[in-house]
Amino acid sequence: MSTATGSSTTLLGAEDRNLRRRRLTDRLMRLSATAAAGLAVAVLAIVVGSVLIKGASALSIPFLTQNPAVGLGAVGGGIANAIVGSALIVAVGTAMALPLGILIALYLTEFATPRTAPPIRLVLDLLNGTPTIVIGVFIFGLLVVSHSQTGFAASIALAIIMLPLMARTTQEMLLLVPGDLRNAAHALGVRRWRMILGIVLPSALGGILTGAILAIARAFGETAPLLLCDSVFGNTTTLNIFGTAIPNIPIDIYRYSESGFPSDHARAWGAALVLIALILVGNLSARAMLARQRRKLAGR
Amino acid sequence: MSIQGTASSTSLSPTGRAGGRFGDRLLTVLTSGAALATIAVLVLLVEQVVNGSSLSISAFGLGFLWHSTWNPTLSAGAVNANVYGAAVLIYGTVVTSVIALVIAVPLGVAIAVYLAVLAHGRVGAVIGPLVELLAAVPSVILGLWGIIVLAPFLRTTIEPALHAALGWIPIFGAPNPTGLGVFTAGVVLAIMVLPIIAAVCRDLFLTVPQDLKDGALALGMTRWEMIRGVVLDSSRAGIGAATILGLSRALGEAIAVTQVIGTGSTITASLFQNGDTLASRIAEQFIGTVSRLQTASLFYCALVLLVMELIANLAAQLITRRFQKRRGLAL
Repeated sequence: MSTATGSSTTLLGAEDRNLRRRRLTDRLMRLSATAAAGLAVAVLAIVVGSVLIKGASALSIPFLTQNPAVGLGAVGGGIANAIVGSALIVAVGTAMALPLGILIALYLTEFATPRTAPPIRLVLDLLNGTPTIVIGVFIFGLLVVSHSQTGFAASIALAIIMLPLMARTTQEMLLLVPGDLRNAAHALGVRRWRMILGIVLPSALGGILTGAILAIARAFGETAPLLLCDSVFGNTTTLNIFGTAIPNIPIDIYRYSESGFPSDHARAWGAALVLIALILVGNLSARAMLARQRRKLAGR
Repeated sequence: MSIQGTASSTSLSPTGRAGGRFGDRLLTVLTSGAALATIAVLVLLVEQVVNGSSLSISAFGLGFLWHSTWNPTLSAGAVNANVYGAAVLIYGTVVTSVIALVIAVPLGVAIAVYLAVLAHGRVGAVIGPLVELLAAVPSVILGLWGIIVLAPFLRTTIEPALHAALGWIPIFGAPNPTGLGVFTAGVVLAIMVLPIIAAVCRDLFLTVPQDLKDGALALGMTRWEMIRGVVLDSSRAGIGAATILGLSRALGEAIAVTQVIGTGSTITASLFQNGDTLASRIAEQFIGTVSRLQTASLFYCALVLLVMELIANLAAQLITRRFQKRRGLAL
């Protein structure tokens, strides 16, 4: 519009100013987007850094190998019972969630019709969106209220949390298995079930397991359902998963963080360091492996 | 492991037709059984939560939603003894979630713009996973950090500044001496929600056709004008879905909120005062209830939360599905 009268010097000036303003806005907005990304990374660094610094001073060999000293505010002892307990309840939960998750993903990719797949997917999404405390309330009503808190109740709650995650990553991996492989098997007259168990699953197995590690890392830090199903426990190591509540790291952190004693805060940071180390190592290695697995499957 | 077991045993079995058909049928039954089991879990979950709250539902009905008394006392003489209502908790849930979204949505969208449009290959490849890693930090650790690091920082710097500048608005009252409260809970929730919104929006922005972006730049737009006019404008519905996904995460978070919200039982105008949410009240009181009615009322809270989540999740699903159809691709 204004270019038609571009010969006038005053208008040229206005256009110049306009362009300068647009460039300035452009630079400002790009700068703030970059700053937002920097802020998120800074928050991560501050949180993880706090845990590292404050946890390191609480961490020692006895902290990892001894059971806790009795009572809030007590000094000394460690979280050995909680490390063993967390590993136990997560392992039992995984043993339930992983096979079930794989079967569901197989159903969705190999057996479901366009009619039956969407409802199952919706249910998985809804389960995934259910607050973990509500899952805790559910398992409390199902298993704890008539009996008592047990490690097994916690395992089931964790399994329900892991199930949609595992089913989703498995499904993603199964879909990456090249169609050529399937067609070749079909052409050779291989039965469908043998093709699935012998060809499709083995080629996706690496990806499925790394996806499972991500879900397991998530389960390790899950606290809300444990608060309802597995929070009243003693100071000793116990493996009696069906009989009693099993000590675990998240509840230790929660309890110590709510305490007013500085020695308990120190214990909370120490336990947080152990937990975050487990989770970050699991996450980073799984991500690296997953990226490689995707390339391998897609590139074949 | 069981998979390998079956696989090896099959190679030993005769490969007759009948055996093959049996294997096909077995696998069909197993997988569809697993799929049905998921549906059963969800149905059972709803049934348990409704069942557990029936005592409270018959005592307080829908009035539970707008009555603010929550009094577990059992002594006979006390006023409103053993009476429960969730108004304060619903208010707390909504306000903390809104604070979280007000902070996290603009930041998350900006991060997504950076990752999807602005970042140079290698830098973006480092920052993207780092932002996602923020989502891997367990809520109980974020809560611990919130109590000991964030709350004192907010109390001494951010809250006084907001109070001084905007104190004439009642929501920015005098800071709480503990640093805990609704605002602190909202900030912690914002940290939890941020990586979700950023990741969803980034994936969304990456699907904007390159032709459109190139065309806009070729017309002489600056990159920001291209981002605003092409990337953001064509992704509005998707950003809405990402916001709802973030909301659904914020509504249901129990542990970190319990740690930093400071437990309150009244609705206060100031965001810097103590409060409580549906989820945090369940976390605080579930172990150690004094009456069956109190337990049932906590179940009722879980039911309210479940309904809120269902609505949010279905809305997000609906928006994404329509959006995908319009853009003609699966995310």
